[in-house]
Amino acid sequence: MSSNSFSYNEQSGGGEATELGQEATSTISPSGAFGLFSSDLKKNEDLKQMLESNKDSAKLDAMKRIVGMIAKGKNASELFPAVVKNVASKNIEIKKLVYVYLVRYAEEQQDLALLSISTFQRALKDPNQLIRASALRVLSSIRVPIIVPIMMLAIKEASADLSPYVRKNAAHAIQKLYSLDPEQKEMLIEVIEKLLKDKSTLVAGSVVMAFEEVCPDRIDLIHKNYRKLCNLLVDVEEWGQVVIIHMLTRYARTQFVSPWKEGDELEDNGKNFYESDDDQKEKTDKRKKPYTMDPDHRLLIRNTKPLLQSRNAAVVMAVAQLYWHISPKSEAGIISKSLVRLLRSNREVQYIVLQNIATMSIQRKGMFEPYLKSFYVRSTDPTMIKTLKLEILTNLANEANISILLREFQTYVKSQDKQFAAATIQTIGRCATNILEVTDTCLNGLVCLLSNRDEIVVAESVVVIKKLLQMQPAQHGEIIKHMAKLLDSITVPVARASILWLIGENCERVPKIAPDVLRKMAKSFTSEDDLVKLQILNLGAKLYLTNSKQTKLLTQYILNLGKYDQNYDIRDRTRFIRQLIVPNEKSGALSKYAKKIFLAQKPAPLLESPFKDRDHFQLGTLSHTLNIKATGYLELSNWPEVAPDPSVRNVEVIELAKEWTPAGKAKQENSAKKLYSESEEEEDSSDSSSDSESESGSESVEQGESGEEGDSNEDSSEDSSSEQDSESERESGLENKRTAKRNSKAKGKSDSEDGEKENEKSKTSRSSNDESSSIEDSSSDSESESEPESESESRRVTKEKEKKTKQDRTPLTKDVSLLDLDDFNPVSTPVALPTPALSPSLMADLEGLNLSTSSSVISERKALHLKLGKK
Amino acid sequence: MIHSLFLINSSGDIFLEKHWKSVVSRSVCDYFFEAQERATEAENVPPVIPTPHHYLLSVYRHKIFFVAVIQTEVPPLFVIEFLHRVVDTFQDYFGVCSEPVIKDNVVVVYEVLEEMLDNGFPLATESNILKELIKPPTILRTVVNTITGSTNVGDQLPTGQLSVVPWRRTGVKYTNNEAYFDVIEEIDAIIDKSGSTITAEIQGVIDACVKLTGMPDLTLSFMNPRLLDDVSFHPCVRFKRWESERILSFIPPDGNFRLLSYHVSAQNLVAIPVYVKHNISFRDSSSHGRFEITVGPKQTMGKTIEGVTVTSQMPKGVLNMSLTPSQGTHTFDPVTKMLSWDVGKINPQKLPSLKGTMSLQAGASKPDENPTINLQFKIQQLAISGLKVNRLDMYGEKYKPFKGIKYMTKAGKFQVRT
Repeated sequence: MSSNSFSYNEQSGGGEATELGQEATSTISPSGAFGLFSSDLKKNEDLKQMLESNKDSAKLDAMKRIVGMIAKGKNASELFPAVVKNVASKNIEIKKLVYVYLVRYAEEQQDLALLSISTFQRALKDPNQLIRASALRVLSSIRVPIIVPIMMLAIKEASADLSPYVRKNAAHAIQKLYSLDPEQKEMLIEVIEKLLKDKSTLVAGSVVMAFEEVCPDRIDLIHKNYRKLCNLLVDVEEWGQVVIIHMLTRYARTQFVSPWKEGDELEDNGKNFYESDDDQKEKTDKRKKPYTMDPDHRLLIRNTKPLLQSRNAAVVMAVAQLYWHISPKSEAGIISKSLVRLLRSNREVQYIVLQNIATMSIQRKGMFEPYLKSFYVRSTDPTMIKTLKLEILTNLANEANISILLREFQTYVKSQDKQFAAATIQTIGRCATNILEVTDTCLNGLVCLLSNRDEIVVAESVVVIKKLLQMQPAQHGEIIKHMAKLLDSITVPVARASILWLIGENCERVPKIAPDVLRKMAKSFTSEDDLVKLQILNLGAKLYLTNSKQTKLLTQYILNLGKYDQNYDIRDRTRFIRQLIVPNEKSGALSKYAKKIFLAQKPAPLLESPFKDRDHFQLGTLSHTLNIKATGYLELSNWPEVAPDPSVRNVEVIELAKEWTPAGKAKQENSAKKLYSESEEEEDSSDSSSDSESESGSESVEQGESGEEGDSNEDSSEDSSSEQDSESERESGLENKRTAKRNSKAKGKSDSEDGEKENEKSKTSRSSNDESSSIEDSSSDSESESEPESESESRRVTKEKEKKTKQDRTPLTKDVSLLDLDDFNPVSTPVALPTPALSPSLMADLEGLNLSTSSSVISERKALHLKLGKK
Repeated sequence: MIHSLFLINSSGDIFLEKHWKSVVSRSVCDYFFEAQERATEAENVPPVIPTPHHYLLSVYRHKIFFVAVIQTEVPPLFVIEFLHRVVDTFQDYFGVCSEPVIKDNVVVVYEVLEEMLDNGFPLATESNILKELIKPPTILRTVVNTITGSTNVGDQLPTGQLSVVPWRRTGVKYTNNEAYFDVIEEIDAIIDKSGSTITAEIQGVIDACVKLTGMPDLTLSFMNPRLLDDVSFHPCVRFKRWESERILSFIPPDGNFRLLSYHVSAQNLVAIPVYVKHNISFRDSSSHGRFEITVGPKQTMGKTIEGVTVTSQMPKGVLNMSLTPSQGTHTFDPVTKMLSWDVGKINPQKLPSLKGTMSLQAGASKPDENPTINLQFKIQQLAISGLKVNRLDMYGEKYKPFKGIKYMTKAGKFQVRT
């Protein structure tokens, strides 16, 4: 059916094209007549002539000039008919430039744009994959609603293309079509589902991007691909990695239970991060049993770790946020080093990274404490970087390092960048409130700053001192007196207002000074700033209430001044205060409480970090940077109380094999890949030797990472505990099925029924077998009963597997390792042996394990042979 | 993802725009200009600016703002990193990245941008692939093109994108096969008034220029890999090999690339190769101040220190300076108050110094802080951390390549507080 409709479309497209072509030419001639009158039009006219010339060089020149116009933002849309004719040009550069033009203006000239469609449709069938891909790319970039069905068809076909590059472009096209016509969503989801199963690293990033854009809520589509994505991750191109990691972070938060234990909570400075305290307790109460991490959860954490070494800051940040959000708190520490490394980068990168560190450092100080000195400010840093660094230094301050920090702050206060100096003073204030031991030192230091020459510094100090004194008002009469004296010299309104407020609040402690200050202020009232005026009124009112004998007249004088002030706020306040404090016949019950109202105990202000409430946004996101929810932000869900069924991630291979393995290209590519990276070999070994890449793939990863052996054992035991027996049985059945499948494939048959039969057969054979076969199963599947009794056994199994993976590697890295051998790399010794020599040795090994009787061993060995044969 | 890109020069003209989705009017940049005005200096323009319908993410390099317009949530570093990659690509293509050069090569720029993003999502960002798709303009090629009518666009389709080593172009051929590696270390340090070190760390990179035929597989090993505390790799480096054996094993891209960046662990005490003696004083009463600095070698392991420059941002109160250097040249810009002194080589027998007086604004109080001195220098043939390359081997190809390794130490962010 598809081919039919396709050809129809093409025909109709062609028909339209000719029609439109005529129309287009007819429209050109009148504009030519106008051209005589306007120079601008005339200029375009010669471009048109060049485009119509026979010489490619003239056309190219014209196209270059047109692109230049587009780049400058000039309108070149009237050249559309002339340009679009060249879409089928033989010259690649002309063609490319026409594409550029087309994508830019097609939206405005929809009818004419249809002229080009047939060219692309033809190119979609081209034998060259790159031409197919670029045709799809341009076709899908033309935002013309009429061609939606054509696009849909093209995407569907491309998504089944043999070339991964074309499939990658199909994934890109999905998003374009979705934004053009959201009604296609259902159909597009089908394509996404199909492409998610793709095993090519080229496709992975792009399809996950499409997934995030079109249907981020369809988390169920990920289940089956989760393990594959985790394993492919290292080899995906860097931009794809970022997208996949962000998606997997979200996924993990919905599918696994929290790895954060109660004990970790203490590290958090008692502040709870994601849930309220009650929540957490409830949860821990519920699950009394010790927490074991889902192996899939572990897989993700482990496979992202190498990416911390990426040169791409976005990748490093993505991994960092993944660790922050989903790894056990004890493991998150490894990200700090990498994040600190990013601080060497450009200013913009620094800015974003510092913001994220600021949020992190509030929650978990310990993570960044060793890197304290990396956050020291340099005089050449831009102000925004300086203030962020200061913020982090404040968060990291504790009893141990505060004296060093204060010395550092002293330098900053003297900085020529006054905005920064002011921020430093604020910082000192915060340190003083957070760390009680140094409060007095800080206060003294700030008082010293009061004699600073720079007004901004003094003003900021006053404001901060005011806040500090408010917290412990008792014993600071001296400081208040000192500040009262400052009123004569200081002019910054905020600072003056702060001093007045402070005196008013403590008027009973400085009974002699307060009325005198009020007297001075009364004199200068009219020339003060509004902010200061309000505080003068306040001071007057407070003194009136405590010391009315001395200040009654003064206060009334001030109130009179305030009554006629220009600012209505001040008039308002004056009226309010007068009614409240001056007893008269009309005053109500409130005036009795005036003293209580004015001199109530006021809570001290909390000096808090501006990054305190940012943690509800996922780190590394735009929303986090802006501290507002950006359009399209996807919330990170809380950990589920009980993990959803983990078996949904188990993969049935049959289906996959049928879909993708016949693609000869893909296979070739795989084998080519093997030549290169080792990590790919794992993926590959999982590809070819087993279905559930996750299991065997993850195993081989462990083997690669020395010193994680213990971990791997733990993992497999976790595996076995989490999976039920029946489960593992099914799994092993599946395994057999798979090998059977492989055999059948080798024969050139790929029949699921066949596989079914085989499966049945192997099942029966298996049931007839005894325990030994189950151990074998555990070696291949790394699950099932790994009882302590079989510990040594299992170690041997691991060894054997190690060999196996090595052997897998042998043919692939042969030429490399052969040479490697002579100067280093004793590990790869067996590798150097020629392949045929090795496989008997492996046989012996296998026999040594007493497993040769089991049918599955045989089938596996067969598979191995097959593989070796292939190489 | 990335919707549009605007290039804005320092005088606020949009001189290039490119859209990957529907066209976004350039009036969106008004929000950017507003922010630019608020942030007195170009450096202080926030990299992320929210507007009612879009978000503007920008990077500032080579006096050009690269402003990306996005509409929905996206990791900001993703965009910023990409923009930097764009700038790097331009630099790679044209040698310099400046407004006139971009304007002159607008077509190539446009073609490159078209290949780098598809629908706002990065497509080809490896310079090897891009260069295969679109050849960088050279004088010779321009001449040839005008005569023969051939084009800059590669007539071969990029196979690199399909290969498993996407960073290397295929079919590379050289008559002289050479591989050069530069180990460059930078010292970041803050030295306090009395000359003691507040913080000092060493950051290094290995930049490579590899011109080898075919598909060579290289390994590079160090004498003392333990020195490297934190590393980041070019994607070509096999991570597993490094983890297990501390050996860099890779198939290199063709041409110039950064193989590795590293950080030397903080435990190792950093040898500071220079010292600065300074005596800067402002007297309260008079309108003159004294200024005197001397630069000398400290721990240089017998190497000469070259390319020394001293810069310092003087306080606002300084009107002018009359100084005499014992060597080199100096300038003082009375508008920006920037003093710079190009010293050159340090001769340990005759230490360079700069002496003289500053004239201060009359009546103004003396500045509270003495200016910070920023230092630049170079030491050839020395990696200050002591890192040494052990050997470089090549596999997979038959010929014998010419190998070269160069060491250099430079000042990074090297500041002396006075």
